[in-house]
Amino acid sequence: MSQTIATPPTVRLDSDVIGKPINRTDGPAKVSGAAKYAAEFGVTGPLWYGYIVSSPVAKGKITKIHADEVLAIPGVQQVFSHENVSSFAWFDRAYKDDVAPGGSPFRPLHEPEIMFNQQPVALVVAETFELARYAASVLRIEYDVEKHNTDLDSVIGEAFDAPKGKTGFVPPPKPKGDMNKAFAEAPHKVAGEYIHRAQHHNPMEMFATTVDWLGDGKKMKIYDKTQGAPNVQQYIAKIFGLSTDEARVISKFTGGGFGSGLRPQYQVFLAVMAALELEHSVRVVMTRTQMFSFGHRPHTLQKLRIASDDQGHIQALEHKALAETSQFENATETVVNWTGILYNSPNTNFDYQLSKIDVYTPLDMRAPGAATGNFASESAIDEMSYKAGKDPLDFRLLNYTYSDPTENKPFTSKRLDDCYHEGAARFGWDQRNPEPRSMRDEKGMLVGWGVAAGCWDASMQKAAAKAVLSADGHLTVNSATNDQGAGTYVIMTQMAAQTLGLPMQQVTFNLGDTNMPAAPVQGGSWTANSVGAAVKDACQEVGKKLLKLAQKMDDSPLAGVNFEDAQFVDGHIRANEDITRSVAIEDILAASGEDKIEADGKAGPNPINQLKYSMHSHNAVFVEVKVDEDLGTIHVTRVVNAVAAGRIMNPKTARSQVLGGTVWGLSMAMMEETYLNNELGRYMNHNYAEYHIPVNADIHKIDVIFVEEEDDIASPIGVKGVGEIGMLGVAAAIANAVYHATGKRVRELPLTSDKLL
Amino acid sequence: MNSFTLTQATAADEAVRDLTSHDGAAYLGGGTNLVDLMKYNLERPTHLTSLGLLPLTDISSLPDGGLRLGALATNADTAWHPEVEKRYPLLSQTILAGATPQLRNVATNGGNLNQRTRCYYFYDLATPCNKREPGTGCSALTGPNRVCGVLGTSESCIATQPSDMCVALAALEAVVRVQGPDGERTIKFDDYHRLPGDHPEKDNTLKPGELVTAIDLPEEGYADHFTYLKLRDRSSYAFALVSVAVGLKMNGNTIEKARFALGGVAHKPWRDQEAEKMLEGQTASPDLFRQVAAKVFAEAKGYGEGSLHNSFKIELGKRAIVRALKQATEMSQVVNPNVFLNSNP
Repeated sequence: MSQTIATPPTVRLDSDVIGKPINRTDGPAKVSGAAKYAAEFGVTGPLWYGYIVSSPVAKGKITKIHADEVLAIPGVQQVFSHENVSSFAWFDRAYKDDVAPGGSPFRPLHEPEIMFNQQPVALVVAETFELARYAASVLRIEYDVEKHNTDLDSVIGEAFDAPKGKTGFVPPPKPKGDMNKAFAEAPHKVAGEYIHRAQHHNPMEMFATTVDWLGDGKKMKIYDKTQGAPNVQQYIAKIFGLSTDEARVISKFTGGGFGSGLRPQYQVFLAVMAALELEHSVRVVMTRTQMFSFGHRPHTLQKLRIASDDQGHIQALEHKALAETSQFENATETVVNWTGILYNSPNTNFDYQLSKIDVYTPLDMRAPGAATGNFASESAIDEMSYKAGKDPLDFRLLNYTYSDPTENKPFTSKRLDDCYHEGAARFGWDQRNPEPRSMRDEKGMLVGWGVAAGCWDASMQKAAAKAVLSADGHLTVNSATNDQGAGTYVIMTQMAAQTLGLPMQQVTFNLGDTNMPAAPVQGGSWTANSVGAAVKDACQEVGKKLLKLAQKMDDSPLAGVNFEDAQFVDGHIRANEDITRSVAIEDILAASGEDKIEADGKAGPNPINQLKYSMHSHNAVFVEVKVDEDLGTIHVTRVVNAVAAGRIMNPKTARSQVLGGTVWGLSMAMMEETYLNNELGRYMNHNYAEYHIPVNADIHKIDVIFVEEEDDIASPIGVKGVGEIGMLGVAAAIANAVYHATGKRVRELPLTSDKLL
Repeated sequence: MNSFTLTQATAADEAVRDLTSHDGAAYLGGGTNLVDLMKYNLERPTHLTSLGLLPLTDISSLPDGGLRLGALATNADTAWHPEVEKRYPLLSQTILAGATPQLRNVATNGGNLNQRTRCYYFYDLATPCNKREPGTGCSALTGPNRVCGVLGTSESCIATQPSDMCVALAALEAVVRVQGPDGERTIKFDDYHRLPGDHPEKDNTLKPGELVTAIDLPEEGYADHFTYLKLRDRSSYAFALVSVAVGLKMNGNTIEKARFALGGVAHKPWRDQEAEKMLEGQTASPDLFRQVAAKVFAEAKGYGEGSLHNSFKIELGKRAIVRALKQATEMSQVVNPNVFLNSNP
C-alpha cells in the first residue's frame, strides 16, 4: 500500500511537526498493554461486579422479579430493578445527553414496561464476576408479553417527516423547479429503490464502567468506555443530582467507538446507580450479545430518480429516504442532502421520513446518514451515466458543482476535481473498457471498475484546552476530548509542539478526564479541527506570556516585537524580520523565576463564515472487483481513495483513518447486516461469528491519496477532519464495479453471493 | 455458568469411568466449543472429565494402509502432519478452511466431530429451539436462517453441523473409534452424525458415556484428484454457506471412483451415494456434473427467500458441486481454493 500527498500547498520547514507522518505517542502504551481501558482500572477498596439481565421479549411488562431467590445466594449483594430503583430524576430532560435526538430518552430500570428486545431489566451485583453472571442466569422474571412490531415494511404508511432537534441534523433541502415535469420530459432517466437493514457498530471493546467509590461523600471516579467523558458526566450528574466534583468521568482509551460511544450507554447508569446505592466500587461490563441491545445504523429504504439531457447534464434529481426509529425517540441522520451538495440540478426534490418500530433508538454510526445516502445516490448517478452514454467519471465531472446548490453558497474549498484526476491516474481509469462484462482477468474472472464520490461536513464545535509550560521546559496540554483510535493524542501533541516550537518529546497531551477543560464528544470528524484549534489557542496564549517575559529580560533582543511578528522555532522565540533576534525559551523561563506558565485556550465555530460558506470534505473512490459469476463471489482487489480534507496534520494517522474507513465501506457493501427476526422482535446474529466484518484475507490493495486544500475559513487551523470521509464512496464504487463486471445492478446491501446468482 | 468439578483423566477407560460416575458430566477436550457454550449458559455440566492428559494425540499408520488420527491430536497438528498432507491433502485443506489458526491450535479431532450447531437460535436462550430445549419449537423455520440447512431437515429442526473437517471425513469414508462403558466399537462416518427427525437434541449416535478415541482413514486418500470448495460470507472465520469435499479416482478423463460430501446444508455432512454412482465409470463433463448436482438437491427444501433465508443454498449448492467436481477432475486449483490470491504483489 502506498500513499502520497498531491501538490502540498504549504511551504514547510524542517522543524515543522505538523504534516509529518509521526508515530502515535500512545502507540507503545497500546501495544505493551500499559494503556488501560474502562474495565481494567483498579479501585481503592474491594470491587463488586454487576451483571446486566436483558429482556428476552420486545414488548410487554414485567409482572414479577424473583429477586429473593437470587439474594439468598451467598455473595450476591443486590438485585436492582424497577421495583427497587428509586426515581432519580423526574423529568426526561435529565436523561438527555449532548447528542440525544428528539423524544423521550430511555431510562434504565425506571418502569416495568418493555420497549425493545434486550432491554436491561435488572442488574445483579455480587462479589465476583462469575457469581454475578451465575446469579443473573438463574434470576426468574415473569413478563406479560404484548404484540410487538419490528417490521419496517409494515409501517411505511405511518411515516412522518423527520423532526428537527438533534445536534448536527440538517433537514432535507427545499425542492427546486418542477421535478416531476422535468423527469417526465427528459430523454434519459433512472429510478431505483435501495435498501440496507440495521447494522451494529461492533467496537472491539465492550461497553464497560468501573466506578471507584472513594469513600468521601458521594465522590467517585467513573472510568467509562465513551467517546466523550464530559457528555457522560453531565448525564450522570443531572440524573443523580451530583456535582462535577462527585462525578468525575475518566476515559483515557477507547477501544473503538464509531459512534456507539457518542451517547452514554446504560451500563454507566447502572454502575453509578449501584455504586451510589451500595456505597461501594462496582464494575459493569456488557456482553457481546448486549452490544446489540442499543443504537445501530438504521434500516433505511431509499428511492432515487435522476434524469439528464442528451449532453448528460442532470435535469432532475430526487432522493427520498425512510428510516426506522424507536417508539420513544426520533433518531435523525442527514441522509439525502449530500446528493444535492454533490450535483447541481435545476429540478430537485428531497424527502426524509421516519417510521417507528419496537427497537432501541438508532444511533450515529461512522459517516451517519451520509454512508446510507451515498450508497444509493452514487449508485443511481452511475446508472444515470450509462443511460446518458457517458463514462461514469466523465459524467460526474460534467455535473461538477463549484458551489453548494442546496444553500447557494460557495465552498470554502473543494478539490474533488483533483481527487477525480489524481485517483483516476493512480488507478489507471483510462484503461477501462466502458462496456459492462467486457473485462476479464487471466483466470477468466469478470473484472469490474467502479467509481464514486463522497462528501462530509467540515464542522467545528466548541472546545477548550489548557497549556502549562513548567520551569523545566516541559509543555503539558490537557483537554477532555477523546481518542477512540483516531490519533488525537499524537496530532494534539504535534499541534502544541508546533505552536511553541518545542520538540515532540518535550510535550505531553492528556485527554479523557472531566477535570480537564471541556471538549465535545469525538464524532462528526470535528475533533482535529475543534480541539486542535483550542490547543493552538492555549499554546499561543502561553507564547504571548513567554514573549512578554522575554521582553522583560535585560537587553532583550525581542524588545518591541509584536506576537504576530514573532516565530516559535527550535525552542526559541525569534523575530520574523531578523531571526538572529532570538531568545531561548529555557532562558526566558530561567530569567522569569516562574515555576510555570499556563494559559487556557478555546475554539468554536465562526457564525459569520458559517452563514457565508458551505464547508465540506470530499473524496473520490476507484474500485476494482473480480467476480466469480458461477458462484456469485466478489473480491475487491484494488481501491484508490483520493481525499480532499483540508490540511493533513499527520499523514500516517490520517492514512490509517482513511484505510479504516475504506475497509468499513467494503464491510458495509459486502457483509454487514444485523438479522432481525420480526416474529421474535430480536436481532439474531449478535456475535462476531455471525455478524460479519472483513478479515485480512478480504482486504487487498488500498491506495490513499491526500489532495491537500488550503482553507483557513473552514477552520482556523486549516483542518477538515478525516474520520468519516474515507468511508464514503466505497460501498457505491463497489456496487458500481460489480455492475461493470456483471451487468447486474444490485440495490440492496450487503452484496452477498446469493444476490448475484 | 455453573460451578463444576473437574477430573484430569490419564487413560480412556479411566475417563469413561469418571464421566459415568458423575451426573451431569461432560468430556472436555480442547474446550473451544464447550467452554463457549458454558459461558452462554447453554451447557451446564456439573462435572468435567478433562481429556488433556490422555495419550490419544498420535497420528500413525495402520496395517491396512490407512491412517489413525488420535482423537486428541489438534486440528492444526493433523492438518500439517506430513502423512496427512501427502496422502490426504483433501483433509488437510478442509481442516485449514475452518475456524482460525488460534482455534485450530487448540481444537481436537474428537471435539471437531462433536461441536454443536451454529444456528442463531440454538445460541440464544431467549428463543425457542428444539435442539436446545426439545418441544419449544424451531425459530429458524420462518425466521432468518441463512446459516441453516436445506437437505434432510425436519419440521423440528433445520440446523446444520458446522464442521469443515467432518465434510472431508465423510467423503473419505472415515471410521470413528469410540470407547464406552461396554468397551470399544467403531462407527462408520456416515452413521456417526444423524438427521434431526423428531429428536434434534441428538447430534450423533454416541451412546451415554462413549468417548471418541480415534478416527481411522482408509488407505484411499484421493491425493491426485480432490478439492474442498467452501463458500462463505467472508474469506476466513466464517462457517460454510455451502461446502463440497470431493475425492476422485480418475483414469484419463474417466471417473473410476467418486466420493463427495457437502457441508453447510444439513444436520450432518451430506453424502448422496446414488449421486456418487452417477459419476463412476463416466467421462467427466459439465453436463454430467450438472445432472449429479440436480440429483443431490432434488429433494431439497428451502426455508424462505431473500438473503436472510436459505432457499438460495439450493442453487448455490448445485453450482458448488459442479465447480468442485470440475476442480477435482482438472486439479486446476492445487492451492487452497478458499483463499482468493490476488495476482497483484
